Amino acid sequence: MSIMGTRVRRVEDPVFLTRGATYTDDLTDERLSGALHLTFVRSPMAHARITGVDTTAAREAPGVVAVITADEMDLEPTKHFPAVPDAMARPWLAKDTVRFVGEPVAAVLTEHAYQGEDAAELVEVDYDPLPAVTTLKQALADETLLFPEAGTNLAVAFGGEDEFSDDLFADCEVVVTQEIVNQRVAAAPLETRGAAAAWGEDGRVTLFASTQNAQQTKGEVAGWLGVDPGLVHVITPDVGGGFGAKIGADPEFALVAWLARHVGRPVRWNESRSENMTGMLQGRAQLQTITIGGNRDGKVLAYRLDVLADAGAYPRIGVALPTFTRMMAGGVYDIPKVETRARVLVTNTTSTGAYRGAGRPEATAAIERAIDLFAAEIGKDVAEVRKLNVPPPDAFPYTNKGGAQYDSGEYAKAIDTVLEAAGYQGLRAEQKARRERGEVLQLGIGLSCFVEITAGGMTAEDATVEVHPDGTVTVLTGTSPHGQGHATAWAMLASEKLGIPVEKITVKHGDTDLIPKGIGTMGSRSLQTGGVAVYQAAGELADLAKQRAADLLEANVDDLEVADGAVRVAGTGTSITLAELAEKDQLRIESHWDGQMPSFPFGAHLAVVELDIESGKAVVDRILTIDDAGTILNPLLAEGQRHGGIAQGIAQALLEEVVYDADGNPLTATFADYGIPSAAELPSFTLLTMETPTHLNPIGAKGIGEAGTIGATPAVQSAVCDAVAHLGIRHIDMPATPLRVWTAINAAQNGSDA
Amino acid sequence: MIPVGFAYERPSSVDGALALLAEHGEEASVMAGGHSLLPVMKLRLAAPELIIDISKLSELSYVKVDGDEVAIGAGTRHSTVERSDVLAAESPLLAGVARTVGDPQVRHRGTIGGSLAHADPASDLPAAVLALGGTVVLRSPRGTRSVPITEFFTGVFSTAKEPDELLVEIRVPRTGGAGWAYEKFTRRANDWAIVGVAVVDGRVGLVNMGQTPLRATATEEALAGGASIADAAALADQGTEPPEDLAGTKEYRRHLARVLTRRALTTAAGG
Repeated sequence: MSIMGTRVRRVEDPVFLTRGATYTDDLTDERLSGALHLTFVRSPMAHARITGVDTTAAREAPGVVAVITADEMDLEPTKHFPAVPDAMARPWLAKDTVRFVGEPVAAVLTEHAYQGEDAAELVEVDYDPLPAVTTLKQALADETLLFPEAGTNLAVAFGGEDEFSDDLFADCEVVVTQEIVNQRVAAAPLETRGAAAAWGEDGRVTLFASTQNAQQTKGEVAGWLGVDPGLVHVITPDVGGGFGAKIGADPEFALVAWLARHVGRPVRWNESRSENMTGMLQGRAQLQTITIGGNRDGKVLAYRLDVLADAGAYPRIGVALPTFTRMMAGGVYDIPKVETRARVLVTNTTSTGAYRGAGRPEATAAIERAIDLFAAEIGKDVAEVRKLNVPPPDAFPYTNKGGAQYDSGEYAKAIDTVLEAAGYQGLRAEQKARRERGEVLQLGIGLSCFVEITAGGMTAEDATVEVHPDGTVTVLTGTSPHGQGHATAWAMLASEKLGIPVEKITVKHGDTDLIPKGIGTMGSRSLQTGGVAVYQAAGELADLAKQRAADLLEANVDDLEVADGAVRVAGTGTSITLAELAEKDQLRIESHWDGQMPSFPFGAHLAVVELDIESGKAVVDRILTIDDAGTILNPLLAEGQRHGGIAQGIAQALLEEVVYDADGNPLTATFADYGIPSAAELPSFTLLTMETPTHLNPIGAKGIGEAGTIGATPAVQSAVCDAVAHLGIRHIDMPATPLRVWTAINAAQNGSDA
Repeated sequence: MIPVGFAYERPSSVDGALALLAEHGEEASVMAGGHSLLPVMKLRLAAPELIIDISKLSELSYVKVDGDEVAIGAGTRHSTVERSDVLAAESPLLAGVARTVGDPQVRHRGTIGGSLAHADPASDLPAAVLALGGTVVLRSPRGTRSVPITEFFTGVFSTAKEPDELLVEIRVPRTGGAGWAYEKFTRRANDWAIVGVAVVDGRVGLVNMGQTPLRATATEEALAGGASIADAAALADQGTEPPEDLAGTKEYRRHLARVLTRRALTTAAGG
């Protein structure tokens, strides 16, 4: 029986649940013996000129080995995204100017970790405050510039205003426009950032780092240090969550390696939660203006999305994400005319990067709000309008207006499935009854339909599979996990081809000496790239085994089959185990897989909220989701991904927001202030099944990692808006906190009184 | 997230703790559960030179009936208060409010005395004891004194307790079967209340509506004068100066105080 599609329990969990994982900060590797501990002095100001740094007292503090400032560093400021103005390069330690709260100003190295904070407090930095740019509209005004030499706060623009046509909505009976906020959120992985570096006598550095992709980290760190990549060995121990914010290397990683070389001792660094909430890349942070037009019969004819995106102080990967937002702007809808542009601006805030969905949730949120607003304007049901505008199944492969080719999809069926499972008509009747009775707890129903892009841009991975003489198997993969369950899934894929149980298969990842090639885990790409590479390599290994066995068994290759870890002559008792073959000659295959094209998972989410009209508090009562990611390899793992994504989606809709005051001080830098959810804020999720395979790979799988955040966020936001729609409210920005909802209700009621 | 260095003492008796307090006074911080103190120390917002750990003093952990009152040792954990049969029968509001503090981990560490002595106007238990009209008992080498809860809270994180005094006992009246309710309004289950309202026997305590926990005196007087719940609740925010933060504006908190007071009074009245 095939292992594919079965609920194999995670092989990772026994250790995680007993001894615990080994994170970067837990390492006892002998290469790190005698390591110094790095503590950063970070800027408490969002924008200021540095007029003096005095390290005298800090250098004399107990345990201090070195205090390094920009003056002692020989690394040039570096751009962390190529297409931005040169002036926006980031110094490794701030020299003349600080541009966000949390920017490293000095590095303190101590014998023990606890000595670092005491010494860091003794570094005296004089700041001359500058006006802070904290909002996108302020940044756009260019009145205060973060980088005066650049002459603008604009980091990069995608699409120009001249691409907007004057007559885009000329044919439309109805046009609706709305400015909407896709707020800044923090990735907040439970394991904060960490790195440790030790230089060997051979001139190579071993860098242990908490990252989603060791190989990219190696390349980046080597480039920043100006050394041959062959001199950098990156190892990722267990990684406790990343959510996109641990893609590649952080500048701090290079500093750790540079400092270790500078002082001639190993250096380790693990940030505190407070540092993480200002230092780690944050996500979303778009201000969108949507305009949608169509006819009163419900057909959408034109859509425009104009994006301002926040790069934070120093442009990093977040700068590129609006390209995904633009590409996916039209969502699941077959809209004749779509126009988009995005301008990415620097502000005196933490830099932005990928966050679970990375550009696609922003697109989905915008178009789903637009469809709701359009439906409200023409007085039609939101489900009906959606179904009227999606392409039929026979339209696939379907090329959208952003140029993306959707491989497969059945959008109307996804919508119908959630509507039916939710008892949509009954919910609407209940909603109507509560409104008529004027109940305090009103019902809101939110529907979203989404399509997203997985394995976007990077469709290839390598894999190595080797059977050992003892019958065990080693799999090497370039996609390393940070919670997803690769060790289980990849073992299943090898087991399927070799008939060797998963318990005998070890999946290795995240060591660049052992596995030089790899792109990593991000963008919901792993299974359809790294996983398929393993599946392909294991298949090729089975073929190789058959060829070798053919001679030994004096049989025709075509009569051989691989099952239960052995090559058998079909229909006979004659066989030889893979272990025996491996004993005679190394049984190992390296394989390269390239799917060439990204895949496009899709789905529909329906959220039901109960909203207390008096207090403004919305609670998600139910959420039902279709997350069609093609053929599912392991439902247990897929459900885990959906659960986590849905939770984060609900949290963005209702709770989470990184907030700065007008001076650029972060107001949400602790978990007391930042609204990450607990189980108490979430209902049980109803996961509905739909599997539309992709033709792009042999296992039919698309990506599942980010679907939850993409679908759930607009569904919940929409449900909140729907709960108060009868009061004349059309839109409430996220997060729909009690205060924000109550303010909207209050304004609507005062407006109607007037 | 590493505190400034400090000395640590764990006295084996209340007298031992009092001796340390007398010697070190304001340089010392008393720690019971540590859930309020340690986070601010880790953020370096507080840097006491000495921690006097009273968490192991079993003589401070009790709940007992004493005359017309229930006496609760200051070192009694929230989880004990929450589950106390004595309180369930004699002062159920206190047990009910304790059940809403933080999460189970917090309730297994935090103590009622710690909560009152910390005097965070956003905490639940201070307003509950205020609504109950309780008394706190303070001890020092100079002697023991009782302070009515109405005179105990003097400002944000400040109380009438002198530096050499230790809060040793909380006394609340036996309200028995009198109606009670606690309405705690939060974003997340284990957040501090944006606003909380504790009601018992016609008295109303407000959480997070000013510098200290407050009594909604206008509401209480209206109720005593025979006003309807709705009319009395509409006065709940009178005389308050609520804080303003990300979770709530002054206006929103005033509104919540009125709504939650109405709900709490309705529940307490058996509605």
